[in-house]
Amino acid sequence: MIEMPSALWSGFRRSSVPLLGALVFIILWEIACRLFAIRPILLPSPTMVLRELADSPAWFAEQTVYTVGITLAGFGAAVVFGVLFAIIIVEWKLLERLLFPLFVGLNSVPKVALAPLFIIWFGVGDTPKVAIAFLIAVFAVVIDTALGLRSVPPDTLDLARTLRGSRLKVLLRVKLFCAMPHLFAGLKVAMSLALVGAIVGEFVSSQRGLGYVILSAQGMFDTTRVFAAIAILAVVGVALIEAVAIVERLAMPWHHSADRGGH
Amino acid sequence: MIRASDVVKRFGKGDKGVTALDGISLEIGEGEFVSLLGPSGCGKSTFLRCLAGIETASAGTLLVDGKAVDGPPDGLGMAFQRDALLDWFDVLENVLLPADFGGKRKRDFEPRARELLAMAGLNSFVNAYPRELSGGMRQRVAMCRSLLLDPRLLLMDEPFGALDALTRDQLNVDLHRLTQRQKTTTIFVTHSISEAVFLSTRVVVFSPRPGRIVEDIRIDLPRERRLAVRESAEFAGYTRHIRGLFEKMGLIHD
Repeated sequence: MIEMPSALWSGFRRSSVPLLGALVFIILWEIACRLFAIRPILLPSPTMVLRELADSPAWFAEQTVYTVGITLAGFGAAVVFGVLFAIIIVEWKLLERLLFPLFVGLNSVPKVALAPLFIIWFGVGDTPKVAIAFLIAVFAVVIDTALGLRSVPPDTLDLARTLRGSRLKVLLRVKLFCAMPHLFAGLKVAMSLALVGAIVGEFVSSQRGLGYVILSAQGMFDTTRVFAAIAILAVVGVALIEAVAIVERLAMPWHHSADRGGH
Repeated sequence: MIRASDVVKRFGKGDKGVTALDGISLEIGEGEFVSLLGPSGCGKSTFLRCLAGIETASAGTLLVDGKAVDGPPDGLGMAFQRDALLDWFDVLENVLLPADFGGKRKRDFEPRARELLAMAGLNSFVNAYPRELSGGMRQRVAMCRSLLLDPRLLLMDEPFGALDALTRDQLNVDLHRLTQRQKTTTIFVTHSISEAVFLSTRVVVFSPRPGRIVEDIRIDLPRERRLAVRESAEFAGYTRHIRGLFEKMGLIHD
């Protein structure tokens, strides 16, 4: 009887504290704008940004959906390719020595510098933007998954050997599960990087998306609109990472049960 | 069933190398319960790992069922000091792991798994995750797992080393009951003198590095044992004798 309200209360507290932080930040910003009479072209106040959003919500929603779509496509490709690549380099030492330095080398190239090249290769459609989001995100997935696949305790590996499990069984029943906490840490980083990639892609060439909104509004010195797009990006970024965290909790119920057991 | 002659195991090469086992010769028959007893780092675990086929001997011959060991032998069950349970599977799935890895149908072994868990007093934890269990319960699950396929050879590497004394006593009794029933040939590594004497038909005492066999002692206590047997004069005689061996090796000072 006592537990339900207290669980609700602690849940409320957990989500309200970060919100409180954001609220205080916004209020200080508003006060500063009014107190020092800052020109909106330099720094619009939060109420102005909010009014900008309220004036054309459908249009902003459309741009947001487009950018989120690009982000998720790039992220999805990065997860699929990244996990497969990590499995390959962990399972076959020779391929690791062959491919990993090349992969690190390619990753050291600033991806933003590749964007114009992708326009030449893939045209001005969605593909180059997804490709940039993918390229920026994939490194985190590979590094963290490979680390996770190697994190199997020695006793567990000995057990698998004495049970004469096939390599596939060991991979599917042991290594992938061991890798999951690391994998999800990597996915959170990859998700926020994919969003960066999508925006970069839209900067380079686009008629849609939040990146395009920022660039075109900047061209017209419409600072309020730039801030409106940035505000959406901040919210979207938090929401996407939270979504990964929710999938993480669902995918690892044994971790969840440990939380319950620990308190 | 097991025949080891002049087994040597060296780690590393040249002067920097360490000799872990130096000429181990040992024969173990079907149905025996043999404890390998010695101080930490005496190579008893290494010998066990050689038998399990996860370590290869540097010299000498090591036969299981007349065949030289190269890789884990048929019908092997093994238990480890850290229970090596898989956190992401529930208790039942963990116990069924040998069937799964052996390419057998898990459903066929579920009754056996449940029976073992019931004998270990874990009926109500069949669907719990390992993290929800105490250390003693986890080791019981690991014990059930190693017995699932009715192994012909059970190798146990200090399985109760990390447990408190009371839990350890209880698990000794449980293990005795489970292995007695099946007459499973068991090799049990420990550094506890009373645990070794209580469980075994034979206790093989190892010297510190390099590991050599100091004495091979037959334990003539009744086959069925209860904890009270530890208060008997015979039991005390065995433990006193073994402690004497350790004193002679300079491992215990009074």
